[in-house]
Amino acid sequence: MEKRTKLAEIVKNQHDVILNDWVEFQLNATTLRRDLMKESELREQSREFLGLFTQAVQSGSDIGETIWKPVKDFLGQITRSRVLLGFTPSETATFIFSLKQPLFDVIRAAVKDPKDLVADLWTTTTLLDKLGLYVMELHQQNREEVIHRQQEELLELSTPVVQLFENILALPLIGTLDSARTQVVMENLLQRIVETGAMISIIDITGVPTVDTLVAQHLLKTVAAARLMGADCIISGIRPQIAQTIVHLGVDLSEVTTKATLADAFMIALQRTGATVTKSAATKTKG
Amino acid sequence: MATLRDEIYPIRSSDDIVKVRQITREWALMQTFSLVDQTKIVTAASELARNTLEHGHGGEVRIQALQEGSRRGLRLTFVDQGPGIPDLAKALQDGFTTGNGMGLGLSGSKRLVNDFDIHSETGKGTTVMIARWK
Ligand SMILES: Nc1ncnc2c1ncn2[C@@H]1O[C@H](COP(=O)(O)OP(=O)(O)OP(=O)(O)O)[C@@H](O)[C@H]1O
Ligand SMILES: [Mg+2]
Repeated sequence: MEKRTKLAEIVKNQHDVILNDWVEFQLNATTLRRDLMKESELREQSREFLGLFTQAVQSGSDIGETIWKPVKDFLGQITRSRVLLGFTPSETATFIFSLKQPLFDVIRAAVKDPKDLVADLWTTTTLLDKLGLYVMELHQQNREEVIHRQQEELLELSTPVVQLFENILALPLIGTLDSARTQVVMENLLQRIVETGAMISIIDITGVPTVDTLVAQHLLKTVAAARLMGADCIISGIRPQIAQTIVHLGVDLSEVTTKATLADAFMIALQRTGATVTKSAATKTKG
Repeated sequence: MATLRDEIYPIRSSDDIVKVRQITREWALMQTFSLVDQTKIVTAASELARNTLEHGHGGEVRIQALQEGSRRGLRLTFVDQGPGIPDLAKALQDGFTTGNGMGLGLSGSKRLVNDFDIHSETGKGTTVMIARWK
């Protein structure tokens, strides 16, 4: 059992003083983000938190107890909103740590016996440290969730299938082609082949820095799947150094049409689909 | 032979493989490798890093920038404490795989570099050393 301290009583009686001092501290902190958050909002959050804190602390300072749940839920809310606003972990945690000084001040004024004073200050500082660390952890978790979501969105965004011409699709790949990415790429491409009834798709790997056996295998699988849907593939963007490396690796791309540039691939695709390209009269006279 | 730079990087996740590729490319540039030489050593590094992760259950790579007379080179040593390779000759054959890869990683990277050395002991782990000189 923890020793009964005066903290509970003091926060209840000195509520207004603490709130004012605390808001003052936050407004003067170097970590304040006036650009991201309004003063009125900060004041409102502080008032609500202090209310919940005062209530919980009446029953003890073990934040693992269910009585602390409303406090933690509220911290969860404000942490989430601060992560989205772009606060750093320390800027978010300042909300809790800046409450230390105002609490210390009122405790020091209220507790006369040195022994009791030490006990009260100790309880308060460990309690706030725990809550502060809790906020830091939440902040981290939230950031990871946000980053994960952004990565997934990026995955979708970075694999757009574009229609170049009637019957011709192009899939410009950029970056690392890992297994997760290949899955998305392949699904997008097959989907678009069905939607458009395209005969040829050009997979352009100009933006893929390294073609190792895994990337090669993924490309070959995509080509095979497209073929099953009735579309032929041309792989373009095979630079000379990539071509050499693929040959040394021993990867056999002889079953697939490959071209150095997307433009070359496009010309081949036009021929195969029966379209012809001629220079217009205007270009001829100019050139 | 002088060692210009010598560092060790972990290989514990697929992000680490991307990192190994980036670092190898950086160091190859630092050693003023041609574009073809850069691509070859980076591709070999990618293969061996993936083997370390997938077959060796993770490990690390030591990367060294070397100079011998006017020759500059990069040496990469991949080390894991995984299951080891029971039959090296077989593993080095084109197309041999115990997983569902193409079975070209080991044999292919051997063709992409100047020096290739592999040691493996069943139950103890595998060490693969490669070097490319410009
Ligand atoms: N570090 C290692 N530890 C244990 N076994 C290995 C290791 N490296 C390679 N092997 C074994 O050697 C085999 C051949 O390796 P290799 O890299 O040539 O092909 P792979 O990894 O199966 O396919 P990929 O063509 O995608 O690289 C592997 O399937 C595996 O059984
Ligand atoms: Mg391999």
